[in-house]
Amino acid sequence: MTLAQSGRWLTGIGLLLLGGVYVRALAFTPVELHQGPAQKIFYVHVPAAWSSMLAMGLVGLASILYLLVRDTRYDRFAAASAEVGTVFACVMLTTGPLWAKPVWGTWWTWDARLTLTLMLFFIFIGYQLLRGAVTDPALRARYAAVVGICGLVLLPFIHLSVYLFRTLHPQPIVLKPSAPSAPPEMVTTLLLSVGVFSLLYLGFVIQRYALGGGGAARNV
Amino acid sequence: MLWARDLGHAFGAIPALDGITFSLERGQTLAIFGPNGAGKTTLLRVIAGLIRPLRGAAGVDGGRRAIGWIGHQTQLYNHLTVRENLRFWASLYDVPERDVALREDDLLRRLGLARQADQQVRTLSRGQTQRAAIARALMHDPDVLLLDEPFTGLDRLAAEELRGLLGDQAAAGRATVIVTHNVEEGTELATDIAFMRDGRFVAYAPRAGRDAVALTAAYRTAVASG
Amino acid sequence: MADLLRHAWLVTRKDLRLEFRSRTALTSALVFTALVLVVFEHGRDPTAVPTLNLAPSILWVTFSFAAMLALNRAFQAELENQALDGLLLAPISRTSLYWGKLGANLVFVALVQVTGLLLFMLFFNVPVWRVWAPLAAVTALATVGFIAVGTLFSAMVVRTRFAELMLPVLLLPFLLPPLIAAVQVTVPLFAGRPLSEVAGWFRLLAAYDVCFVTLATLLFPFTVTE
Repeated sequence: MTLAQSGRWLTGIGLLLLGGVYVRALAFTPVELHQGPAQKIFYVHVPAAWSSMLAMGLVGLASILYLLVRDTRYDRFAAASAEVGTVFACVMLTTGPLWAKPVWGTWWTWDARLTLTLMLFFIFIGYQLLRGAVTDPALRARYAAVVGICGLVLLPFIHLSVYLFRTLHPQPIVLKPSAPSAPPEMVTTLLLSVGVFSLLYLGFVIQRYALGGGGAARNV
Repeated sequence: MLWARDLGHAFGAIPALDGITFSLERGQTLAIFGPNGAGKTTLLRVIAGLIRPLRGAAGVDGGRRAIGWIGHQTQLYNHLTVRENLRFWASLYDVPERDVALREDDLLRRLGLARQADQQVRTLSRGQTQRAAIARALMHDPDVLLLDEPFTGLDRLAAEELRGLLGDQAAAGRATVIVTHNVEEGTELATDIAFMRDGRFVAYAPRAGRDAVALTAAYRTAVASG
Repeated sequence: MADLLRHAWLVTRKDLRLEFRSRTALTSALVFTALVLVVFEHGRDPTAVPTLNLAPSILWVTFSFAAMLALNRAFQAELENQALDGLLLAPISRTSLYWGKLGANLVFVALVQVTGLLLFMLFFNVPVWRVWAPLAAVTALATVGFIAVGTLFSAMVVRTRFAELMLPVLLLPFLLPPLIAAVQVTVPLFAGRPLSEVAGWFRLLAAYDVCFVTLATLLFPFTVTE
């Protein structure tokens, strides 16, 4: 089976499972007390956020590896991961406000996590734009790697500075020192969703990687 | 003095160098002839250390300090004077203070730029900037000269002066590589000749007293058959 | 190490001399700074929002935009006659080249900031003199980290299409932590609060600077060597 085919299989399975997770989320998971049905977006929003962070992390890692060994496969992977990451970031940035409006009463707020995710989106966009503006493949790979690494290192600083600034986002309910404070069904649904999104990430990246190219503008 | 071993390089899918091996000793001048796209400039850039080749290696004894480069571009700053340019580049090569003024005056005089010394480069004519570029390259008294079509844009007087300078360099034991697509230019100076095509040397031999006409004929044969 | 700094200083000095000679970027940056301040002045309702609340934001937005304008000039001059090749051929380390450029950029931006601050005091009548030392400190700290990344990016961007647009787009996320920290220090500073309250922000800025100057120094060679 070729790489592209395995990618398509993974994506297919992922989408099917995604459907399954939705059904579970909508029908078999309790409705949250304070937020109501709108809270269900949580099961899409959080995994999308997680996937975009994963994508960025892998872009950074692949960039470092590329600069060390100059294997173009790392560059192709970074490009694929960045594209997929951008898509997930978009999902995250659209589902977020859809969730926020009914629950918080506002579409957007500048707390630590939102600002971080918005900046992550901008870093992805900048990365893509740079790739598109350079025609020479070797140059493009090097430039992209530099930006990818800088972007990755930047994220903790953004998080820290905005966190010190203000916090409004719901406090973590799963990844915190004490036991998760949500009912087990919700946690399970969330974890299932995260798993499925990771699978989708993998499927998308493999397909994109298999398509090849580095993303330069067409008119060479 | 300078060497290359099995150099291979490509720009993406476009091959540029394909197995170049040679070496040059003191006092030798190699003239490389070849059509556009043969890889001549790439070869020079690899030897100079500006490009890291995908395959093989090349080097110059003494490292970057020993290299003087004259190419298509003058590498001068338009808003600095000729003198300021020369001094800046000399300082990067750690040329001793006392030598700077001497060499500066000598080179400017020989290249006919004495009166333009304190003019900004942007006010000079094309030929004058080319000559200033030559001065820049020689300020730090390099052991190895890498020349990429150095006679382009030079008027007859300046071309003669450059030939004289290069002759002095060779006599003083410097090694020189001249890349050109014009057989007449490099001939008298060369001790060795190479013909390059498609990233390879299709011929490499001592000049053995041949003149431009003979070399042009040899070049045509080599390029046609190689 | 001494060589490293000496060569860096030579590059900085050359850059500054070039900039003062041509003055194009400096003039644009100063005019732009004045314009932005005027726009802010007329864009607000003085009866609704007291100057003191808005002042830090105005100051820092102005600084940010002016800095971005300044960054583009850094490598433009090197492309004119491919002087960049000359810098890469010279026996100076890539680090010297980067620090030299960084130094010149910092001097340049500092000049624009000082002028901006004077104009700011003039237009907005904010009592800045009392706190000029901590203000200078936070400005310096916030600027260094941001310009370090900016210098690195400008080396890449100068060879791409839409360079003037690409740089701000890439740099904007990197502006955020220094900007937030700087404003968070400046607000209590103007309001007369003690420095101890903002010590945490100073630490964040210092960490950001150390981190990104180091990272940029390490990554710079990859942007210039083929």
